[in-house]
Amino acid sequence: MENAAERQEGMADDLWTKCPACKGITFRKEVERNLNVCLKCDYHFRLTVEQRLAVTIDRGTWRERFAELAGTDPLEFIDSKPYPERLAQARRATGRNDAVVVGTGKIEGQRAAVGIMDFSFMGGSMGIVVGEKLARLFDYAAEQRLGVIVFSSSGGARMQEGALALMQMAKVALAIGRLRDARLPYISVLCDPTAGGVAASFSMLGDLNIAEPGALVGFAGRRVIEQTTNERLPDSFQRAEFLLEHGMLDMIVARDRMRFTLATLLRMLTSNSRKAAPGRGQARKAHRS
Amino acid sequence: MMPEHDFGAHMEFPQPDIEAQLEALDDRMTHARSAREKSALRAERRRLERKWAASLSAIERVRMARNPARPQTLDYIAALFKGFIEIHGDRRFADDGAIVAGLGYFNRRPVAIVGHQRGRSTRERLERNFGKPRPEGYRKAARVYELAERFALPLVTFVDTQGADPGVGAEERGQAEAIARNLELMGRLTVPVISCVIGEGGSGGALALGVANIIVMQEYASYSVITPEGCAAILWRADGPEKVAVAAAALKLSAPDLMAAGIIDQIVAEPPGGAHRDPAAAAKNLGAAIKTHLARLSKLGPAELRWHRERKFAAIGAAFIERRSIASRADIE
Repeated sequence: MENAAERQEGMADDLWTKCPACKGITFRKEVERNLNVCLKCDYHFRLTVEQRLAVTIDRGTWRERFAELAGTDPLEFIDSKPYPERLAQARRATGRNDAVVVGTGKIEGQRAAVGIMDFSFMGGSMGIVVGEKLARLFDYAAEQRLGVIVFSSSGGARMQEGALALMQMAKVALAIGRLRDARLPYISVLCDPTAGGVAASFSMLGDLNIAEPGALVGFAGRRVIEQTTNERLPDSFQRAEFLLEHGMLDMIVARDRMRFTLATLLRMLTSNSRKAAPGRGQARKAHRS
Repeated sequence: MMPEHDFGAHMEFPQPDIEAQLEALDDRMTHARSAREKSALRAERRRLERKWAASLSAIERVRMARNPARPQTLDYIAALFKGFIEIHGDRRFADDGAIVAGLGYFNRRPVAIVGHQRGRSTRERLERNFGKPRPEGYRKAARVYELAERFALPLVTFVDTQGADPGVGAEERGQAEAIARNLELMGRLTVPVISCVIGEGGSGGALALGVANIIVMQEYASYSVITPEGCAAILWRADGPEKVAVAAAALKLSAPDLMAAGIIDQIVAEPPGGAHRDPAAAAKNLGAAIKTHLARLSKLGPAELRWHRERKFAAIGAAFIERRSIASRADIE
C-alpha cells in the first residue's frame, strides 16, 4: 500500500530541478518561487509538510498540536527490517513522531483546524498515531467551533500495525461524524498520492473534496488492478481529472488558487453557523486527551 | 486486493496426521466398553484437538478462513434467522451479489442483516465476484443501515471477504467513497450493531460492514489490514508461499491476536477441525453469542449505543501510544 513511496522527485542537483512530467530542467529557486509547480508544464511537485504550511497558513499563526504522540510496535513486526527501526529512521529523516501534523492556523485570516500528511514518513501510511491525531483534530475543532482542512497524501493503512491500522479508518470517520453533527465544515484536499485505506476513509468524506491537479487518488493499487484484469491502464487512470469526470470530486484546484479557494469556502460555510443540529447536543468527545 | 488464490481442498485439514489420530480415537470410542474408558478417550480427544488448534500456523488459519466449504453468510442466515427477506440493489447502478442484505427475525425480533457472500460452486462464486464487493454492494449495505436506523432495528453483519474488488469499474464508481461513507454511517447508528467475522476479514471491504458495538470472531476466522499475499508482494516483493506464510504470521490476523489487540470482543468456538465440519454446531455457537450481546446492547438507549460504539473505536490502539517529545520542524516556521 505504500509502493508509491518510491516515486521520488527527479533531482538534477541542488541548483537545478528536473520535472518528472515534462523532463524540463529549471532553476530550483524559480520552481520554489512558483509554489513548486513546474513553470513549463504545470506539474505539481509533492510538497513537504513545511512547504505546505508555508504556502497555506498565514505567517506566524500556526500552532501544532498533539506532536508528542508517538507509536510503538504493537505487532512486533519485522519485514526486511524491524518496524521500530523503520520508525526511528523516519523520525530522524522528518523530525516528526509520525506521518501527520495537526494544528490550528489562519488561512487568509480564517482560523481553521488543519491536518497535513507527511508522505516522506513511511509513505504517509496511517497507523494508530495518524488515526489518533486526526480524530483528536476533528474533536478539537468541534469543541473550538472550527472548520477542518486535511491535506492527504498517503499510500494507505500501515501494514506494520496490522488490523489496528485498519481500525483507524473507522476511528477517524466516526470523529468526522461528530464534527458534522456540530455543523462545522470539513474540506478534504487530496494531494498526490492518496490511496488505499486513507482514500477509503477521511479523504473521501469531506463536505467538499478538492484535489490538486494530477494527484493520484484511488483505492486499489494500479498494479493490482492490472494484474487482476490483465489490461494495461492509461496514465490518466486514478488521476484527479479522472475522478472529477466520474463525479468523485468537487473540483481540482491549482496550487496558486488553493489558499484563496479554501479561505473563501471556509468563510462561506461558517458565515451562518447554526451551532449544532437541532435536537442534538454538542458533539461529545470520545477521546480523553 | 490480490488475484485468486489456491482454494484447493488440500488445506481443509492442514495436519492429516492429527486427523488420522482423531479418527482412530473416534473409532475406539465407539467400541469402548466402559463409561470410564469412554470419558478417558473423550478427554484424550479434546487434548488432541487443542494441540491441533495450537499448532496451526497463521497461513493455515487463513486457509481455514478461506475454505469454500466453510459456512457462509447465507448458511448462517438460514440457520439463525426466521423469515429472511432479501432485498436488492443500490438504487443507483446495480445489485452486487458479493453482499447480501435483508430483514429477518432473530428470536422473534426483527433485525436487519448484511453480509458478504463468497459463493461455493464455480458459478455462484462468479456471480458473487468471489465475495469481493463493488461500490454497489457497499451502497446496498448503506441502504440497510439507514433502514435499520429509521425503523429501530438491530443490525447484524457477517464479514467474509478477501477485500474490495480490484477492478476499473469499481474505481470509476468510487469504491473508496462508498467504503468511507459506510464507516461514518455505521458509526452514527443509534441501534445495536453486532458484527460477526466468519471467514476472512479483508481490509476496507470488510470494515465497511464492521463498525459495530460488538465484534465477535469465529475461532478460525482471520481479520487483516491486507491479504498476506498483498503484504508479501509489497513488503517482501515476493509472491512465493514462504514469504506469504511469513507475512501472514507478521500481520497477527488470527482471532486470538485480534482479541489481544483489543479489537474484537469475543472468540466464538468452532467445532473441532473448523466450522465446515459441523455447520449446525458452528451456527449454534454463533447464535448464542449474538443472543447474549444483543440482549446486553438492548439495555442501552439510542444515544448510548452510538456513544458506546464511538468509545470502542476511539480506544482501539490507544494502549500503544506513548508521549515522546520531539522538536518538530513544523514549529520552527
